[in-house]
Amino acid sequence: MSDVSAELHDTLLYLDGVTVSFDGFRALNSLSLVLEAGEMRAVIGPNGAGKTTMMDVITGKTRPDEGKVVFGRDTDLTRLDEPAIASLGIGRKFQKPTVFESHTVWDNLLLSLAEDRRPRFTLWARETRQERERIEEILITTQLMDQRDRPAAGLSHGQKQWLEIGMLLAQEPQLLLVDEPVAGMTDAETEQTAELLREINRTRSVVVVEHDMAFVRALDVKVTVLHEGAVLSEGSIDHVSDDSRVIEVYLGR
Amino acid sequence: MMILNRATWLTLVLVLGAAVLLAVLNLTTAQTAAYHVPTYAVALVGKYLCFAMLALALDLVWGFAGILSLGHAAFFALGGYAMGMYLMRQIGARGVYGNANLPDFMVFLGWHELPWYWHGFEWFGFAALMVMLVPGLLALVFGWLAFRSRVTGVYLSIITQALTYALLLAFFRNDMGFGGNNGMTDFKDILGFPVQAETTRCALLIITAMFLCAQFLIARWLVTSRFGKILVAVRDSEARTRFLGYRPESYKLVVWVLSAVMAGIGGALYVPQVGIINPSEFSPANSIEAVIWVAVGGRGTLSGAILGAILVNLGKTYFTSAIPSLWLYALGAIFIFVTLLLPRGIVGLFSRRERMVQTDAMPAVPKGAREAIG
Repeated sequence: MSDVSAELHDTLLYLDGVTVSFDGFRALNSLSLVLEAGEMRAVIGPNGAGKTTMMDVITGKTRPDEGKVVFGRDTDLTRLDEPAIASLGIGRKFQKPTVFESHTVWDNLLLSLAEDRRPRFTLWARETRQERERIEEILITTQLMDQRDRPAAGLSHGQKQWLEIGMLLAQEPQLLLVDEPVAGMTDAETEQTAELLREINRTRSVVVVEHDMAFVRALDVKVTVLHEGAVLSEGSIDHVSDDSRVIEVYLGR
Repeated sequence: MMILNRATWLTLVLVLGAAVLLAVLNLTTAQTAAYHVPTYAVALVGKYLCFAMLALALDLVWGFAGILSLGHAAFFALGGYAMGMYLMRQIGARGVYGNANLPDFMVFLGWHELPWYWHGFEWFGFAALMVMLVPGLLALVFGWLAFRSRVTGVYLSIITQALTYALLLAFFRNDMGFGGNNGMTDFKDILGFPVQAETTRCALLIITAMFLCAQFLIARWLVTSRFGKILVAVRDSEARTRFLGYRPESYKLVVWVLSAVMAGIGGALYVPQVGIINPSEFSPANSIEAVIWVAVGGRGTLSGAILGAILVNLGKTYFTSAIPSLWLYALGAIFIFVTLLLPRGIVGLFSRRERMVQTDAMPAVPKGAREAIG
């Protein structure tokens, strides 16, 4: 991946007036958001605030009715589908850990490495030394070295979450979208996950969608609060938790 | 995973060995000898091996890519029809009406000219090409439309069923020019050899066994490649593959077309051995039976598909002659039994040990790399 520090303070992702309606329900209501290269951003908001829909729009799963989504200098993401966007360097972690259950941890990572994705390549591809080294690096980062020959189906919930994060790392993305990474995790696992995300953020931009306020506080990054499909408040965690509108949305009902 | 693991060797040796043994016992022993194999049995086993090709083709798409086709027999039947057309043209003037230019059923319908799509089928090479091309092209068009529109799961199964049913109705029509209800039969010879002769039957059996083994090896190569791992990944979580940057539809299309071609070849070898091809080969029940073969043998195991096809058809041959009224009940019972108690089929009973042997013998990374990490 290219040098992040050189692009620092460049805009990596820019959502402008994005609106998505499902049968009249506005999941996103003219949402605008700017993410800088190298930034880690936490996105919070009550259920139905549009957090997952926002991820869907960025990764090409959902096409917005209105608005622009620009990645890097001038790539319009709304014209591309999921594989094309993934190949541009946007990785996505699902809320429910989604790994290839019948493959080993090793193969899960192997299939995720940033390489030619076309059948004409994969039909003839053989495991190379570089691939092995890269996979081993990721196994160390995600603390899955001991599990590498196990089918992913046999991993614990937390290990699956890390494996999925590891798969995203193997993809070498510029931007990582992470949907509720610590849901269902123990406190120790939560802490390790925060550590892992900070580690990843040293070379990549990250957007974390999370419900767990303690976790968001631990990340200590800029927070965007979504409500009814639009940005309600933005700033440090202390700033947004003092914001009266945020308090009302979270506690008022 | 190796292409040639133990189960693969065993399957290859058994299929080829059995075919050669049956042929030898048929040709070299006296008809009265206790160990003589009658010619009908040779043709019967040949038929089983053709069904095994259909099962293998189905396992490739269902077991590995997760596409449950309920219309795979359509590709088998199309391959069969292409071969049937060649065999019809070989009859020449020896038909009932003695017309050298037209097959009997066309004379009967009062046709005077061979329809354009029958031209070329007098040459074996052309017919052999069509055996692969026709099912392959149909699969390409069907798969391209279905996979690109992201039709999956039960919806896809239903369309495949509709596909074979539509072809069934079409081939029933006399004006389609494929013999209508009666299909094609009374074949005389293939490549100059009389179809009914013992030696031809034995040769067909061995050729069928060889084609089955070749297809099996190609399938093994495919599923042990990285391509094959991606197929399984698509089966496990299509969305994940997409967000990793793969296009599941391309992967499905490749394996789908290959599978259709394999089934077509199976159908082409089937027709000279059973001596007839008619629209009933398109009937949805045939495709569903093929799914049961694969489930019984073990979905996603390839060798299990071959085993399942042979065993279930042995059972069918026995039941339909001994107690015909019970066959469908027996088939249903087998399916329920396997679904409830043997989710990984017969091969699944043995594969646990096989897998343990494999992981011991073959670490995912070479020893050196493992030590380097500590």
